[in-house]
Amino acid sequence: MSGFNSSTNGHPPRIGVFICHCGTNIAGKVNVPEVVEFARTLPFVAVAKEYKYMCSDPGQEMIKHDIQQYGLTRLLVAACSPHIHEETFRKVASEASINPFLFQMVNIRELVSWVTEDGHEATEKAKAMIRAAAKRVLFHDELEPKKYPVKPGVVVVGGGIAGIHAALVMADAGERVYLVEREPSIGGHMAMFDKTFPTLDCAACILTPKMTTVRRHPNITVLSYSEVVEVSGFVGNFKVKVKKKPRYVVEEKCVGCYECIEACVFKEPRFPNEFDLGLGKRKPIYVPFPQAVPPVPMIDPETCIQFRTGKCPKGCVNACGDRDGIDFDQKDEIVELEVGGIIVATGFDTFDASRLPYYGYGIYPNVYTGLEVERLLNASGPTGGEVLLRNGQKPQSVGIIHCVGSRDENTNRWCSRVCCMYSLKLAHLMKERTGAEVYNFYIDIRAPGKGYEEFYDRLLQEGVHFIRGKVAEVSDWAMTPDEENRLVIRVEDTLIGMVRRIPVDMVILSVGLEPQRDAQEVTKLFNISCSTGNWFMERHPKLAPVSTMSAGIYLAGACQGPKDIPDTVAQAGAAAAEVLALTHKSVIEVEPNTAFIDERYCSGCQICVGLCPYSAIYYDEEKKVAVLNEPLCLGCGVCAAACPSGAAQQHLFQDEQLYAEIEGALVGVG
Amino acid sequence: MDEQFEPKLIGILCNWCSYMAADLVGTSRIRYAPNIRIIRVMCSGRIESQLILWAFRSGADGVLIGGCNPGDCHYQEGNYKALRRVTLLKQMLPQFGIEPERLRLDWICASCAEEMRKTVEGFTAQIRNLGPLRLQTPPLLKPIKIEMEVSRHVEA
Repeated sequence: MSGFNSSTNGHPPRIGVFICHCGTNIAGKVNVPEVVEFARTLPFVAVAKEYKYMCSDPGQEMIKHDIQQYGLTRLLVAACSPHIHEETFRKVASEASINPFLFQMVNIRELVSWVTEDGHEATEKAKAMIRAAAKRVLFHDELEPKKYPVKPGVVVVGGGIAGIHAALVMADAGERVYLVEREPSIGGHMAMFDKTFPTLDCAACILTPKMTTVRRHPNITVLSYSEVVEVSGFVGNFKVKVKKKPRYVVEEKCVGCYECIEACVFKEPRFPNEFDLGLGKRKPIYVPFPQAVPPVPMIDPETCIQFRTGKCPKGCVNACGDRDGIDFDQKDEIVELEVGGIIVATGFDTFDASRLPYYGYGIYPNVYTGLEVERLLNASGPTGGEVLLRNGQKPQSVGIIHCVGSRDENTNRWCSRVCCMYSLKLAHLMKERTGAEVYNFYIDIRAPGKGYEEFYDRLLQEGVHFIRGKVAEVSDWAMTPDEENRLVIRVEDTLIGMVRRIPVDMVILSVGLEPQRDAQEVTKLFNISCSTGNWFMERHPKLAPVSTMSAGIYLAGACQGPKDIPDTVAQAGAAAAEVLALTHKSVIEVEPNTAFIDERYCSGCQICVGLCPYSAIYYDEEKKVAVLNEPLCLGCGVCAAACPSGAAQQHLFQDEQLYAEIEGALVGVG
Repeated sequence: MDEQFEPKLIGILCNWCSYMAADLVGTSRIRYAPNIRIIRVMCSGRIESQLILWAFRSGADGVLIGGCNPGDCHYQEGNYKALRRVTLLKQMLPQFGIEPERLRLDWICASCAEEMRKTVEGFTAQIRNLGPLRLQTPPLLKPIKIEMEVSRHVEA
């Protein structure tokens, strides 16, 4: 049963304990030499050593050398979190021909030296944890990593610039890609922008060619107006269920002539277009924007006469004619995909400015958000690129308020990273298109990108006003004739140290970036975690910025944190490369922390059968025992906890191992 | 008692949320009381009552179980299974002479460093106030085969 016998051929085990200083990270708090002395007194410890950086080459070599020299059969490394270097030292063990699972990592950095004030206490805690591990490791078994074939294909969730770029990179490398987008068209936020900072490239000019390439790419399947509803399986072997929502226009039959839209019973667009944030109008049958991909219209059943009354002359159906592309009876369709990897690129949402009533959004008609102004500036937007106030006039003066919903402990504490730059861009475009006086109200200007500071300099030259101070309120309360019928921005100008009132015709709120409203549900769907503020959590903030804790699932773009377009594209490329590294392997190794059932002890009570979340255990009627279907087991250990006779166990977390660890951590510690 | 009683605590944390939070407390260099010894399991659903009782029997004055927030479990609903077990066990603890307050279950998300600190500090203070756990007759809790296994190895 226990590793004690199986791995030592009857000889007493010989444990090597290697304690890392991690520079001063551990040694600055923990008295390492004292811990080494202590480790030498523990049962079965054949050698205990310390080293400045155990993970470095010399450190690893020392361990390998000692394994040979002292004939070690078990290995213990006390250093950082197992999430960081467990793999490193397992590899060291196996290179020195010890089974890598006869090893235990002791986390004396994150759990001890970094969190303990007192050096003596930290030293005692480190000792206790090493004693616990030295006891636990006696019960480790030799294990082999589970090996599974990797399926080809990748699902990319989110068709913004991140998803598009990642999909193209992988498709060009020959990978089969399914790009899932919940909106009717791919393109994401970038498709809404007019220009991009700091180069002032037209967003459409650089994005739409990529969108059409996606559509034409033989290796990419675009599933637009679709959502992922279920994800099962594991790294290399995911099953993804996608729900295609009905657009009532059959994608395969549509040629994109848009005659149906022309022929709609509504001669003029009457309903707010979601893509234009309600600033423009559309018909019940529409494409969200001219460059939409796929270029297939959709019908909104909320506004379509046929759906509401069933008594429409159906101009769209007649216009489509023999192509027969309109189908009022279309239903949700479930598509099942089997892939090796997943990229989550679900992007961001903008801050809801009405949460800050003192800025007047939703109260005064000429208070806009930055994204709305992007639509006004866009040549294919609701005003054809002209910036007009609600009364149809051009603004004479514009105030741009930075950090709305960012860097504010009442809303979001983070810096949204893009607002300073897009505010500068909007300031430039406003001045260029309308000739208005433009005022920027900022806390700090953050322009830390290539060419960004230079762009800020350029704006300063262009005569845009910069006022440093957090705006107190926007109101229509005039105190002087000059302020009549205008919006007044009240602000403390912190550079001259006085409160100012600045009347303007138009206010632009530079709203910050927030996670998508349903970010929490998405994390549950994909089994990934959120960091502070609901941004998706990367496996490691520096060394694994596009991986997640769930193997085979990667992150790209702003869903992981606020990002501008260059960073998003770079990250999407990185995620694509990581997935390719996975799917181009024929076999994937998975941590062997699965369950196993010892038939000798199984009474056939079947408690585990009902508890297993993956239906990995079934009951063998003939033998009258529970049997594990190992490939389905993901290693939670619920069965091991529930089994009344101890027959169900979990590798790496067996009863004896945990009992020994707990006892070791406690006994003798004062 | 002139010297302040320092309790011995065991924290059994799930790999995905609460252990990550404990790691994050470290990387954020947030300090907390040194009394807790942390054991990692893959899921709070792995933690059985015997394991908790074994910790008390081995000298723990308190046991903290950390799992993912409801709905966030990496294994669908292991945390609910932990909740069921802990709720039941808490009702039985007085029969062993153990105050139910010595066992605590908390949901701590992977980014909840501050919450982790508060939980550990709060639990340590609570058990310090309760005083040491003095079990009269340590109940024999583990299956015999394991009992033998453990003692054989350790006394060898």
